[in-house]
Amino acid sequence: MAKFDLNDDTVVCIIGSGAGGGTLGNELAQRGVKVVILEAGGRHETQDFINDEWESFAQLAWTDMRTTSGSWRVAKDFPNLPAWIVKAVGGSTTHWAGASLRFQEHEFKTRTTYGEVAGANLHDWPITLAELEPYYTKAEQKMGVTGTNGIPRLPGNNNYKVLAAGAKKMGYKDFHSGNMAINSQPRDGRGACQQIGFCFQGCKSGAKWSTLVSEIPNGEATGNMEVRPRSMVLKVEHDAGGKVTGVVYLDEKGVTQRQKARVVAVAGNSIESPRLLLNSASSMFPDGLANSSGQVGRNYMRHMTASVYATFEKPVHMYRGTTMAGIVRDEARHDTKRGFVGGYEMETLSLGLPFMAAFLEPGGWGRSFSSAMEDYPNMAGMWLVGEDMARETNRVTLDPVAKDKNGLAVASVHFDDHPNDIAMRKHGFAQGAGIYDAVGATRVINTTPYPSTHNMGTNRMSEKPRDGVVNKFGQTHDVKNLFVSDGSQFTSGAACNPTLTIVSLAIRQAENMAGMMQRREI
Amino acid sequence: MKDIDKPEALSRRGFLKTTAAAPAAATLAVGVGISSDAAWAQAGKNLTPHEMATLVKMARDIFPHDHLADKYYIVACASYEALAADAGKKAMLTGGVARLDEDAAARFQAANYLAVNWEADRVALLHGISHTPFFAKLRGDLVVSLYNQKELWPKFGYEGASADKGGYITRGFDDIDWLPTV
Repeated sequence: MAKFDLNDDTVVCIIGSGAGGGTLGNELAQRGVKVVILEAGGRHETQDFINDEWESFAQLAWTDMRTTSGSWRVAKDFPNLPAWIVKAVGGSTTHWAGASLRFQEHEFKTRTTYGEVAGANLHDWPITLAELEPYYTKAEQKMGVTGTNGIPRLPGNNNYKVLAAGAKKMGYKDFHSGNMAINSQPRDGRGACQQIGFCFQGCKSGAKWSTLVSEIPNGEATGNMEVRPRSMVLKVEHDAGGKVTGVVYLDEKGVTQRQKARVVAVAGNSIESPRLLLNSASSMFPDGLANSSGQVGRNYMRHMTASVYATFEKPVHMYRGTTMAGIVRDEARHDTKRGFVGGYEMETLSLGLPFMAAFLEPGGWGRSFSSAMEDYPNMAGMWLVGEDMARETNRVTLDPVAKDKNGLAVASVHFDDHPNDIAMRKHGFAQGAGIYDAVGATRVINTTPYPSTHNMGTNRMSEKPRDGVVNKFGQTHDVKNLFVSDGSQFTSGAACNPTLTIVSLAIRQAENMAGMMQRREI
Repeated sequence: MKDIDKPEALSRRGFLKTTAAAPAAATLAVGVGISSDAAWAQAGKNLTPHEMATLVKMARDIFPHDHLADKYYIVACASYEALAADAGKKAMLTGGVARLDEDAAARFQAANYLAVNWEADRVALLHGISHTPFFAKLRGDLVVSLYNQKELWPKFGYEGASADKGGYITRGFDDIDWLPTV
């Protein structure tokens, strides 16, 4: 396994090892580029994962202090947990459910398609679906996505069967067991899904793709990539010419180190990435690195989201098998007749009993709550995930008061639902209830959004430097050897889960970054 | 459809050892000794038997499950005796109980909260304090300290860890048999 010197200024230093950073690292290493990945979290391998929700949360979740504000209910119910994401090697790909969907063509052109939406900051992406399609294909191949590349879909579990039966009765046409980065048959040295459940807690069979089980070991095997766990980056540094020169980080022993680098790529998820750029302010960049537009941290998106749970006369045992076991896609279209722009997906979701208690109705108590809990075995559930509107005022800033243990300002996340998000959620609740009522639900429960799992948009891509932070390759407009490689690049969030797009952008970025390095442009 | 597996018989000792695994977000004392199924008996030098019994009754009224014996609520509240070693926490707990008892006397002419017979009446008293840090603390802790007791999971039809049993691929992940055919 490679080991690079702290003073080796020929390496690409990547901050974060999730869908963006882990993929970028492997893709660069395969091209012979030397890579150092600094990961804030520890390394927990497949056998280390825990089939217990709270214990797993303690093992994997990013629980460092964050603050919140705004009218979203998360700020009231979970004021210091705006997002449910991961601090570990593999990042949130250890936790994700595996849904791998392509954006629709119009979702790259929201400003053009939706027009001017009051209170929103819509822009078209500087790339099109056609430009990204070859990379979507590569990503699906890499991740072994079911329903693509001739890979059979997974069998649907009980929770999916309820969803599908209801969807059919409702007249929906486009529903199936999903495009999942979970092996339906042995592939790529990993086995087939054993329907364990606990997809959110790290896959204990290795059937689910993550950078932990795929990109990272593959990258390490080239001898060109080194991953340093428990290495928290504090600051990105630059020279007098305005080029970045490396990063300052705390190593696993808590000792401050400086890793020199030819290129720095930030991939710490959409809350930590802008925080790091803002905390890297200097006399040359007083508002933070790569922030001449003032857009760093702005346009934070987290998808519309909500859940519908329904109870039935007879058992469902929804927790058996994959967490996201199927999808209804009919509402993902853009059709303003429904009273909102953009669309949403309906995907099965289940929680174990402990997390159901925490998330079904945060703050809830009494018979209304406890009787729902007693119906747990007879419950089916779905998650609504839809496009939310980018807003300049929804943003990640540095908390003026709260500091982390290193004395650095923590991230503060402000979010207000846009009226479009609220209209879409209302529609989703009604359609979700319709699906379950169609197959005999005795009770339907609307569940408020969980802490964000899809975090996007805080270093958005833009054609013009004044409108965003990075260009169409994720290269910052202001600093040519500084890149952003995670979902914070997203100009808009689309209706679907973001990971496949993050991976596709990382593959494309690696190709272009390697080319720029070869041509000595960076 | 495959019913859930019968839980292995747990010894009293095993029961105590495995309860109250807590998340980082709500650190609860683990391994508190439970010497009796009676709530009052869990009191110690920091909380009186009456205070402990009231907390346990509150726990049942907040998350009422008639198919759960008192022992689960006692375990869920067991950490409060140790928590009350802190003067501020003790003041919150004892003050909260005292307030409830006063409200019970004022509203229902009852000796105390425990003496209010109907759940609906006790719940009305809880609504009266639902905005207090005392109530929020109790409710917030119980979400974990009650529902994260592995021993009660089978009573809610939840089977817990499955990887060690080979997942559900041959154990009923797709065995639903009552859906209407469309």
